[in-house]
Amino acid sequence: MTEVRTERAISVVVNGVPREATVPVRWLLSDALRHEFGLTGTHVGCEHGVCGSCTVLVDGQPTRSCLVLAVQVDGREVTTVEGLSRSDHQGGQVLHPIQEAFRECHALQCGFCTPGFLTTIAAGLDARDPSVEITDEEVEELVGGNLCRCTGYANIKKACRHAAATMRDEAAR
Amino acid sequence: MTTKFFGEPVRRREDARLIIGQGRYLDDIGSGAYAAAFVRSPYAHARVLDIDVSAAMDVEGLLAIYTYEDLTGPLAEPLPVLIPHPQLTAPRTGYPLVKDVAQHVGEPIVMVVATDRYIAEDAAGLIEVSYEELPVVVGVDAAEAAEHTVHDDVPDNIAARHHQETGDVEAALAASAHTLSFTQYFERSASMPMEGKGVHARWDDADSSLRVYSSTQASTSVRAAIAAKLELSMEKVEVIAPDVGGGFGVKIVHPWPEELLVPMAARRLGHEVKWTEDRREHFISSAHERQQRQEITVGYDDDGRITALDVLVWHDNGAYTPYGIIVPINTATQLCGPYDIPVYRARVNSVYTNTVIVTPYRGAGRPQGTFAMERTMDRIAQALGIDRALVRERNLIQPDQFPYDWGLTFQDGRPLIYDSGDYPAMMAKLKVLVDWDGFAERRAAAEARGKLLGIGMAPYVEGTGPGPYEGAHVQVLGSGKVLVSTGLTSQGQGHETVFAQLAAAELGVPMEDVVVTTGDTRRFGYAVGTFASRAAVVSGNAVALAARGVKEKALRIAAEVLEADPADLEIDEGLVQVKGTPGASIPLRTVAVLSNPLRYAFDEAARQATQFSGPGDDSKPPVAVGDAPGLEHTDYYSPLRSTFASGAHAVVVEIDPATWEIQIEQYAVVHDCGTIINPMIVEGQVHGGVAQGVGGALYERMAYDRDGQLTNASFMDFLMPYASEVPDVDIDHQSTPSPLNELGIKGAGEAGVIPGSAAIASAIEDAVGRRIAAMPISPTELYDLVRSDAERVTNSSPHDSGAMA
Repeated sequence: MTEVRTERAISVVVNGVPREATVPVRWLLSDALRHEFGLTGTHVGCEHGVCGSCTVLVDGQPTRSCLVLAVQVDGREVTTVEGLSRSDHQGGQVLHPIQEAFRECHALQCGFCTPGFLTTIAAGLDARDPSVEITDEEVEELVGGNLCRCTGYANIKKACRHAAATMRDEAAR
Repeated sequence: MTTKFFGEPVRRREDARLIIGQGRYLDDIGSGAYAAAFVRSPYAHARVLDIDVSAAMDVEGLLAIYTYEDLTGPLAEPLPVLIPHPQLTAPRTGYPLVKDVAQHVGEPIVMVVATDRYIAEDAAGLIEVSYEELPVVVGVDAAEAAEHTVHDDVPDNIAARHHQETGDVEAALAASAHTLSFTQYFERSASMPMEGKGVHARWDDADSSLRVYSSTQASTSVRAAIAAKLELSMEKVEVIAPDVGGGFGVKIVHPWPEELLVPMAARRLGHEVKWTEDRREHFISSAHERQQRQEITVGYDDDGRITALDVLVWHDNGAYTPYGIIVPINTATQLCGPYDIPVYRARVNSVYTNTVIVTPYRGAGRPQGTFAMERTMDRIAQALGIDRALVRERNLIQPDQFPYDWGLTFQDGRPLIYDSGDYPAMMAKLKVLVDWDGFAERRAAAEARGKLLGIGMAPYVEGTGPGPYEGAHVQVLGSGKVLVSTGLTSQGQGHETVFAQLAAAELGVPMEDVVVTTGDTRRFGYAVGTFASRAAVVSGNAVALAARGVKEKALRIAAEVLEADPADLEIDEGLVQVKGTPGASIPLRTVAVLSNPLRYAFDEAARQATQFSGPGDDSKPPVAVGDAPGLEHTDYYSPLRSTFASGAHAVVVEIDPATWEIQIEQYAVVHDCGTIINPMIVEGQVHGGVAQGVGGALYERMAYDRDGQLTNASFMDFLMPYASEVPDVDIDHQSTPSPLNELGIKGAGEAGVIPGSAAIASAIEDAVGRRIAAMPISPTELYDLVRSDAERVTNSSPHDSGAMA
């Protein structure tokens, strides 16, 4: 049993803040985020990497946090749904355009899968040239890897287009 | 009533917290809680001979191990039969932990509590259970054959024979010009919410009380069940449904074993305990639905008008019947849909199998009923060579036939009487939306591309909003904040928003002043639950009534201050004012302060209500006889009967004859749920329902093998639709208000899922010219079907001059 209780200290930048923790080596990143760092916005839907609810960004890349051990992100940067908004430097927070769009387009119902969609789509939108109009194929690609049981996806796709349009307008300004 | 918010696509209140990761789902609660894990039966039918926990005892961090032997009092008795019915002659339920015989893979046998989930699972893995395997019954055919039994004392495996009829069906069939008989199958799927079940319990030793959070659709009833089973007085138990990550029916069942065992452990250990279901547990120990074999005989005349319909259904209810025969009743009573059928008989035999229990999943027996009815319509059309839409139109209940009394008893124990609807208009809209009459050209164009195109349609009627009741409490605080609470729960339907819309509209206050609480027994103790598309109907009307009571009192108090007649007052934007007299007004929040005469002032607002603050009427007590302090009101809405929503779907499929892949080219929906509170939310419900309908028709199937092992108990193998599988949905609304409630609301939650399999089967049959008699259907099965000697079908539509063979 000794190896089961082996722990290791890790340093991770979580949502821009350097964090230190000592975690059991077998802990999933999803468990470390939720139960060690208290970031319960990352939801666990299947624990076998299919549903995408637990998706976070590791060094900016969408990653299933239920398929990664916490010790594997030692020295890396993790962004969760709690870290998608940015400070407005006046004490408030500015939501990412995809967060605004989800609300505007009714792209969530129970909200359980939502954080995984938001992190995935935000990374995809941030990585593209905002001045170019988003195509249907791009939208399908952004939403295609996550399961949602409530919405039927139509409004999630709509939110992607809405957010892309917002980002295009912002870029044009 | 001001209509500013009612009927508007108001953005949801819930979303502000959910889009920033600040929702509070079950597993987000109680970070310091001990964790529970379960040893579950690996066999579908087995006697437990011995449980050896010795190897687990050395696990550091282990806190407790419980088996059936540790259960005491009512906990050691079988779980309740929640909905008894006289025709449920052999009800059986399990124990919280297996007492003797496990009846399905996944049934809990041992509960382990440890400092965290990893350690609890370590310990669970070291517990050795020895079993004697027993013969297994899987599927309705095996259950009917009864070569083996699930429960020793139910020799025919039949839990219930649910029979209802409206006349002498055998005589009517004998007198019919034509008859047809056929058999078809419908498979199992499941609600499969993204969040599984979960329970967190905290025992307060000083107060001898229990607080339980459960991911449930029925917190008030969970509370009653826990109080009964743990022998606690009701006031010592509070149950809260926090943010719930989807339900779709599976979370209406209660008490789940874990809802009793987790509180039991919390009480015994004097520490918070939590159990969060994992996905495999959800597959093998929560509920499934939908498997039936349907034997149908229909009589009809030369025009395709049905003269008699006789249906015998073999319904798989799984290993136990905790939820009674609600699903069989729904199939039996909702099967006829929008059609005027003079003589009807339904017989549903509900049978035991060694599989997970079958309880309502969105639609709850109606998708199967609609499948039976609509496939019947297609067969009549084919037999007579009449357009499939026309046969349906000829059989529709006409607008002047409402209220339409079937002479049957619905799932709420009340008469099955359709309240209102306009089915011919609905069908006309659908034909336009999908361009039914112009389909021949599309088919020809597809054929030119080497593709097979088919079209199908399926209307339905859905009984919604059953009682017995829901209630609501509305209170205006001195701050101007309006608190609304209702006991039923939310799993993503946007209740915080729609009930705020209703209260704001009734009271004349800004929506941002309204705060809605649902599913918290601390706030509202009387409720039934969220199921059967009933929240908007039943709680919606209760919220409106409670808000109206508050308004009446507010106007009465304001009238005294303003020296006016209450009838001359109105409330707008939170200001009570004399109609047509600007300036003669008082804020509603001040009325709230004045409604509660005070001795002590604790802030500026409260000063106005203290005893020396102004001249009072010395001839009357400060609170009038029969009145109460505070600006609040509680009211209830108890419907006379269910309301009946309706709709019709049409679908166009394109099939590639090289791969037999089935693509949905178009999905059209006409939907009538009476008066709509928030069209954005209703459309969202339709979208989600359609996605589940498509999943159930083409992808989702609980694959049990002959040993009762669920061979696809993961998201890798049980195929739920991703975005790539769900078509865009064209929606057209129709609104036929219900005459049964003042708001005219019918329910909208389940509608979208109901006709999916029926419409898609019809479209596939139309495309390939082979009889589709079982759903769901995969490309492989379609390929096999086309290559087999399955019945060839010429679909009877105007475009079908050259149906392919």
